[in-house]
Amino acid sequence: MHYSLLFYQTPEVFSARADPEKRKAFHAAFIPYVKAMHDAGIIVAGAGLEKPDAATSIRLGDSGHHVQDGPYADTKEQLAGFFIIDVPDLDAALKWASRYPAEPGFGVEVRPNLPEDRETLLKTMADG
Amino acid sequence: MDAHEIVERAARESYGRLLAFLSARSRDIAAAEDALADAFSAALVNWSHSGVPANPEAWLLTAARRRLIDVARHQQVRVQSMPALLFAAEEAETCIMEPTGLGDERLKLLFISAHPLIDATIRTPLMLQTVLGIDAARIASVFCVSPAAMARRLTRAKARIREAGIPFDPPGSDDLIPRLDAVLEAVYAAYGTGWDAVAGGNSSLRGLAPEAVYLARLIVALLPNEPEARGLLALMLHCEARQAARRDGRGAYVPLADQDCALWSGSLAAEAEQQLATASRAGRIGRFQLEAAIQSVHAQRAINGYTDWEAVSLLYGGLVEIAPTLGARVGRAAAIAEARGAEAALALLWELPKAVAATYQPYWALKAHLLARLGAIADALEAYDRAIGLSDDAAMRDFLIGRAGELASSSQCRPH
Repeated sequence: MHYSLLFYQTPEVFSARADPEKRKAFHAAFIPYVKAMHDAGIIVAGAGLEKPDAATSIRLGDSGHHVQDGPYADTKEQLAGFFIIDVPDLDAALKWASRYPAEPGFGVEVRPNLPEDRETLLKTMADG
Repeated sequence: MDAHEIVERAARESYGRLLAFLSARSRDIAAAEDALADAFSAALVNWSHSGVPANPEAWLLTAARRRLIDVARHQQVRVQSMPALLFAAEEAETCIMEPTGLGDERLKLLFISAHPLIDATIRTPLMLQTVLGIDAARIASVFCVSPAAMARRLTRAKARIREAGIPFDPPGSDDLIPRLDAVLEAVYAAYGTGWDAVAGGNSSLRGLAPEAVYLARLIVALLPNEPEARGLLALMLHCEARQAARRDGRGAYVPLADQDCALWSGSLAAEAEQQLATASRAGRIGRFQLEAAIQSVHAQRAINGYTDWEAVSLLYGGLVEIAPTLGARVGRAAAIAEARGAEAALALLWELPKAVAATYQPYWALKAHLLARLGAIADALEAYDRAIGLSDDAAMRDFLIGRAGELASSSQCRPH
């Protein structure tokens, strides 16, 4: 099963990226975490994201496209990165999520992906 | 214990007794829980204000009976066990009025929770919920499982008990020992394993340690002649005794060897020793007595100032004979490292099955430590990396990052 691990951060944590000391401390824990997942052979895809103010969002309204600067949802915690992992079940996905080197101000959402093969996907959509 | 804890403990105790009584007679744990749920949460609130009533079970039962009658009158879905449950509630009322009271049938709940037909992974949650009334969401957080999934699994296990007609009677003398082993193992799983064995224990289960100790005390009280129950209690008490020394003032992890034994609780250690001594008089050694004996050797450091690693290694040898768990094997390697050197310990680690060891954090933490001692810097740093990546506890992770950092900088200073 493919699961998405969606990593959220508060604005304070995002701004800590500018602090070289904090950045170094985070990487000391984060790089081994990624390596452990990589060596377990479960990473399908993943990326870290630039700060939310680097985002540009498009909303579709009655009057067409409305383009705005900034993230799509106006929430305190914003998406900071994600992994798609291939593990047997949700328990295993949560186990890996719990190893994320989180400090206060971080959070992880674990969500099952829709099936990746076309046939199962179409069937799920039809049933749903 | 503060006032809040006293109320909570009294409510849990009465809840467990009453649930055991009602479900043993109706054979329907879920329905009995439903009947008691409101009463239990009302008790937690009410008793905090007005104190624990003189007869807590009677208080809970009155509230639960009201609910049962209400459900019987209005129920949309027919609960098959309702007549039996109502009958059991009446019986309970009669018992409570008698001087002997309700008795304690919680052992039935413990044994049924760890029955061979119940999946091993749900035994501990089932015990925590039935005997102590802990809700599924909290159990789920402690075990890092989805709360909805945990609730589903608990419901399924209770349905299985009902449908398969698993008897509520505790096992007879012929299969008491294996069944008791399963119960004790499930209680130990609530405590969390390997806290002290190596620099890499999993602390995410800390939240339920007092509950696990409570359950062990309960089993010792109900089965006073079973040495393994006392062994388990002794083991947990020894670990509890070191609680204050495990983290320094800034919350950083302190490995057992570096702990200040002045911070260990002498009274808890003494109680553990007493339990272990009583257990050993039965002349039936077992896994938990051995594990407690290992902790007992560690506790000696507070008295004579050193750790007899040879004794620890021997005890681990015995433990691995009867319970060759991954945790015990890694623990033995850690002890051998101190008694006979890092090379002998590494040889033991090589024997472990690669596939299971690959994501077992304490294995990597110990391996890193041993390789560093042998001066295999690059390999040690790689093992540290893996141990860091597999840590789910921030204090442990920071400790390992610190060790790895020291190793990296010391190797850079060294002339080649």
